[in-house]
Amino acid sequence: MSEKSVSFEQSIAELEEIVKKLEKGELTLDDSINCFQRGVELTKFCNKKLDEAERSITMLIEGENGIVEKEMPALGQ
Amino acid sequence: MPTKSVLTVSELNKYIKDLISRDIILSGIWVKGEISNFKSHYSGHFYFTIKDEKSVLKCVMFRSHAASVIFEPEDGMKVLIRGYISVFERDGQYQLYAEEIQPDGVGALYVAFEKLKQKLASEGLFDEARKRKLPYLPASIGVVTSSTGAVVRDIINILSRRFYNVNIKVYPVQVQGEAAAGQIAAAVRRLNELGNVDVIIVARGGGSLEELWTFNEEVVARSIYESRLPVISAVGHETDFTISDFVADVRASTPSAAAELVMPERSVVENRLDSLKMRLRNAILKKTAMERLMLKRLGESVAFRQPYNKIYQERMLLDVQKRYMQKALSVLSSQYRNKLSLLAARLDSLSPLNSLARGYGIIRSEKDDTLVKSVRSISVGESLKVYVTDGTLSCRVEEISEKPHGKGTRGTGDTGEAGKGAGDPAEDDKRAGVRGAGVQIEIQDMMGKPEGGLK
Repeated sequence: MSEKSVSFEQSIAELEEIVKKLEKGELTLDDSINCFQRGVELTKFCNKKLDEAERSITMLIEGENGIVEKEMPALGQ
Repeated sequence: MPTKSVLTVSELNKYIKDLISRDIILSGIWVKGEISNFKSHYSGHFYFTIKDEKSVLKCVMFRSHAASVIFEPEDGMKVLIRGYISVFERDGQYQLYAEEIQPDGVGALYVAFEKLKQKLASEGLFDEARKRKLPYLPASIGVVTSSTGAVVRDIINILSRRFYNVNIKVYPVQVQGEAAAGQIAAAVRRLNELGNVDVIIVARGGGSLEELWTFNEEVVARSIYESRLPVISAVGHETDFTISDFVADVRASTPSAAAELVMPERSVVENRLDSLKMRLRNAILKKTAMERLMLKRLGESVAFRQPYNKIYQERMLLDVQKRYMQKALSVLSSQYRNKLSLLAARLDSLSPLNSLARGYGIIRSEKDDTLVKSVRSISVGESLKVYVTDGTLSCRVEEISEKPHGKGTRGTGDTGEAGKGAGDPAEDDKRAGVRGAGVQIEIQDMMGKPEGGLK
């Protein structure tokens, strides 16, 4: 499993946790600010993950020297 | 007697066997029939006959082939058998040596399906507990399906619509026919080896039970079971269930549904993220606003606004205490004043001045100012001072007469007579004089002070 998807999932889950904790309002101001900063980092990270993936549709072909990744031929609609 | 050579039974049987064995058709045939007298020998061989309406054929299937039969053959089952015809010399009987046996017709396929399903279920391949969650946002999706046709196109279209920067790797395979199962299993294993996808979709469009049969093959089921990556099985239509569906982590009713399951819509993810962002912002704003308010309240608290309040308050309390104390003191002093005036009145009643007022006098020698208590300390012609209530008299002694001893006039002479007739102190006896002197000393002390000092 690639690192990317795991960390996106974990990041958004952590972000959700942080927001819930913050919304309860039971943290000290210092802790709240720390949480907020972490939350901002996480949203930035998640946004980055959403945008950084490149669209690619390929076909994996078993060749003599192992798998070859080729552009997927255009498919009729 | 026959002229031609005579054969033994064995020779004949051997001859027939050789004859049959040389026949090309009989050495590899498919025979269709219904099983009867089925016996699964402890050795692992199957012995049975197949029949149709008119005839019966003896069959044997040796362990080496019988072991690979995935269903349990039984009497009455219609089957297709591949094998060859040979002769069992001992009994002089030809029979079908079966190498492969398949259920014949849909009903039989269903039986085979159920058998495999039970077998794999008992091995735990379908356990819910071992099913993995799909990744929320897979970075890359492997699709094992035919590279041509509607299925791969639909999957790509739907994934692209949901998430434009999607990453799809198609692993083309045959999805029906003899080679299909092996190819699909190999593709699933290969994708696991490569590890360049987060999730695998195994898909095929709709078809007949026979056409979908590949996805009921054990080798496909095992490859899915062994996959490290989560697998979505999407075979046929909503009503089609295959073994792959049971063993996969998620069953999608159709290939299009698989595409929708595996990838969230980008807008949904963005909304989720945006909403979290907003909530995060609001939460911290609320927190800081609350803290600011608290601070403001603290600043506005009485202690900060009127720092002297406390002091004033304490001073007020002090004043109250002081008043209490003064009151208590004045009560106390008036009590003492009363007591004092009582004492003074009593003292006053004892004062010799009163005695003076009643007509007594105090006599002192002019020369040394000593009290005159006896005639013996005085000589004729001496000057004396006599103190009476309203002044002093200066006198001269003209005559001295001593009282004779033993004469007891003590009772009255005590204070009364001792001083009576200031000029006659001699009349007092010694003891009375001493007592009188006590009083007189007091008076003498008082005399220098303003008159009536005690009143």
